[in-house]
Amino acid sequence: MKFLKYLLVGGLFGIVMTKSEAISWYRIQEMFRFQDFHMYGIIGTAVVLGAIGVALIKKFKMRDVEGNPILFMPKNKSIARYLIGGTIFGLGWALSGACPGPMVVNIGYGYYMFAVVFIFAVAGTWLYGAVKHKLPH
Amino acid sequence: MIDFLIQPWSWWFSGLVIAAIMFILLFFGKSFGFSANLRTICAASGAGKRVEFFNFDWKKQIWNIVFLVGAVIGGFVASNFLTPEGYAPAISENTINDLSELGFGAPESMQPSELFSSTYFTDIKVLLLLALGGLLVGFGARYAGGCTSGHAISGISDLQIPSIIAVVGFFIGGLIMTFFIFPLIFG
Repeated sequence: MKFLKYLLVGGLFGIVMTKSEAISWYRIQEMFRFQDFHMYGIIGTAVVLGAIGVALIKKFKMRDVEGNPILFMPKNKSIARYLIGGTIFGLGWALSGACPGPMVVNIGYGYYMFAVVFIFAVAGTWLYGAVKHKLPH
Repeated sequence: MIDFLIQPWSWWFSGLVIAAIMFILLFFGKSFGFSANLRTICAASGAGKRVEFFNFDWKKQIWNIVFLVGAVIGGFVASNFLTPEGYAPAISENTINDLSELGFGAPESMQPSELFSSTYFTDIKVLLLLALGGLLVGFGARYAGGCTSGHAISGISDLQIPSIIAVVGFFIGGLIMTFFIFPLIFG
């Protein structure tokens, strides 16, 4: 039962990804071609509201439902890993038209070809883990 | 209410719901980051025995796998109950024209049948393209330490410089694929 709430939030995520059309390969192409505001509007709205909310959580030192402080861990400082990793991610995002969340939402939608994309995304993560120590970070 | 849910959601309402999801997870004591699930799946499959990166207490990440299962169900519900039959995204005319030069017809459904029709389960070229796409996403997400949810939404909301760099990378890669590699693959 303690996991039920995550199932519901995940369900909401799947619905919003579908209804916003963020799961659509077409929308991702439109975004990378800078031909419509739609995807920028979605991400921009989420980030602006997100930034306001995060600032409020920090200012008022808010706590989670279990009474623990909500903390934000600063990410490790680096340029190489974020720029190179991000670029590799972007190549795949434009090709498959989906980042990891939308991949599984598409499977639920009925596009079973995304199972191939998702299985190889797991394989890609495995590959990263295997060669991690050889890469610049 | 149902009418409101069935029509396409506006960008601002969608963005609001995504921000709400991030805050709900924060108040549950978790953080919004979908690609962590890829690492968890590797770890749960026993990859930690051979690769140190996957040797961690993945059971603490079960909540996120449940979130993933919820996302699949959400896609099913949205497709079957909240999307009209034969619905296709109303993308820009310019995009339709650009894509037609690459051999893609105007949208007739959520995804282009040229890539995602299940009849391509036996087409080697399409399978290779989709496999490569997935591989790059999975490798790049972990190398960059996060994907769209972890960096573009959560990280930038927290004004983290690394996340801004990662998103710049997302666009460098996306633009190279769209403008330089697509014409080679589909042209």
